[in-house]
Amino acid sequence: MAKIDVSIETEDKPAPPPKHPNTCPSCASHYRDDELERALWVCAQCGHHFPMHARARIASLVDEGSFFEEATDLHSEDPLGFFDLRPYTERLAEAEMSTGLADAMLIGQGAIEGSGCELAVMDFAFMGGSMGSVVGEKLSRACDSAAERGVPLVTVTSSGGARMQEGILSLMQLPKTVCAVEDLHDAGQAMIVVMAHPTTAGVLASFASLGDVLLAEPGALIAFTGPRVVEQTTREKLPDDFGLSEQNLRFGHLDAILERRQIRPALARLLRLFG
Amino acid sequence: MAPSEHELRLRERLTRLRNVPLLGGAKLSGELERLQRQLDRIGQEPTDDEIWRSVELARHPERPYTLDYVSRLLDDWFELHGDRARGDDGAMVTGLGKLDGRTVALVGQQKGRDIQERTRRQFGMPYPEGYRKAIRVFELADQHGFPVISLVDTPGAYPGVAAEQHGQGGAIAASQLAMARLSVPTVACVIGEGGSGGAIAIALADRVLMQEHAIYSVISPEGCAAILWRDAGEAKKAAAAFKPDAGHCLELGVIDAIVPEPVGGAHTNYREAARLLGESLRESLDELGDVPAEELRRRRRAKFRSLGVFA
Repeated sequence: MAKIDVSIETEDKPAPPPKHPNTCPSCASHYRDDELERALWVCAQCGHHFPMHARARIASLVDEGSFFEEATDLHSEDPLGFFDLRPYTERLAEAEMSTGLADAMLIGQGAIEGSGCELAVMDFAFMGGSMGSVVGEKLSRACDSAAERGVPLVTVTSSGGARMQEGILSLMQLPKTVCAVEDLHDAGQAMIVVMAHPTTAGVLASFASLGDVLLAEPGALIAFTGPRVVEQTTREKLPDDFGLSEQNLRFGHLDAILERRQIRPALARLLRLFG
Repeated sequence: MAPSEHELRLRERLTRLRNVPLLGGAKLSGELERLQRQLDRIGQEPTDDEIWRSVELARHPERPYTLDYVSRLLDDWFELHGDRARGDDGAMVTGLGKLDGRTVALVGQQKGRDIQERTRRQFGMPYPEGYRKAIRVFELADQHGFPVISLVDTPGAYPGVAAEQHGQGGAIAASQLAMARLSVPTVACVIGEGGSGGAIAIALADRVLMQEHAIYSVISPEGCAAILWRDAGEAKKAAAAFKPDAGHCLELGVIDAIVPEPVGGAHTNYREAARLLGESLRESLDELGDVPAEELRRRRRAKFRSLGVFA
């Protein structure tokens, strides 16, 4: 058996150059910040949709100056004193610093082409958009605010699922948000959901699936269980578009796939229809 | 930790527990004693080893499953099959039976005993078809005014290609929604593994119970360890961190009461385990029996909407 000196091989291997965050993962085009911002974070070459921060998303949807944020004072607690490799409180503080958000969802009142609505927008950059007590409470309050003002709720989702660090309480945000949406429906109001990449696990298995109209961005992963876990547990061969919005549309789980710049006019039209 | 600090923490926990809408509207005889027992249990913080023991007992291969309780608790059992659309999911058992002479609808996950049955029932992991079968039976119960009992025992919803294509996430959401809408009394009990979304799909109930050694969690200890510790072998540490045991679930207001098990665990004495479970189910249904439908629904939603801890 031939012996290979692994140490030399690894040491000689040059470190990969650091990837600029504005490099398109699907076609490797790269952009200046202002170019990407003007294009709503969509690659001009191949149409890849980069992740979008919650504040930028809201600005791209609502009429200028119409957004009024609600429930700004909500912060996560650490009910379990959770500690994995690092304490949960440290992860929270870090996410808050890097995103400038208090948690993974922003809610508030706004108008789209003159039609009033409530918005609930998630941000994947805050701990993978995970849903803990604060996200559940914000969605719940957004439902109440929409019901009180008699306007539809527009929800933009982007989440890896429930926030493990809050244990069983994060699982309880599933029934909590389901009940909140049902109360909104009882009040006669609609919810329109826009699923951005990724919308998975606990968020897909609760309020995100309960919209009266379900929209998604192209190429977004929309799955209860992601491709890696499915492959590892079942050893099934995955179809190329496994779990993507395109597959979900084909199987009847979505109303439409819309490119980012089409979302605002589509929402405006839906708000007129439901209004 | 200094003793005084520990005492403060304990007192705070007990105060929080008293604020939990525990056994709301219950008749008082016998309740105080049970409450005290449960307070005592929480007074003693379970050690990491005790939490892990519950994980092992909840998954014990000889632990009684849904159908073991059905045969000991319900008369005139008639199993209902199929979701009326695509198939019949063996991981989800549904049917009608008599509990003390009144008809109830029962929904529960079912693992298998031997390898053939386990394969047929996907180890208790339902497909969307299973959740749609449950929804059908929830609606049937609503139509005829039958109370609903659901027994939760699943590692999680099935993680497969077909399950995703058939809409696993949407089915779990729809099942919770169906339960939120019911105008009949509903009681859920976690009898083994309450694994994540696959469990909550049938546990949005007026009363949520948990057997002493059952576990209820947002992710499996192995899954959590693989993600946060990057090593599934750290499952014991993960379980100690996210605390899936009944005591902690009660403390956090996630469940309403703990159902005792025979000493050594439910698998040591099926008859006794069934008797104790039956007692708790009857008590819960009695408590809910006089509540008007609209009020039931309102309270159920208000209860779940109040769950969470934030500042």
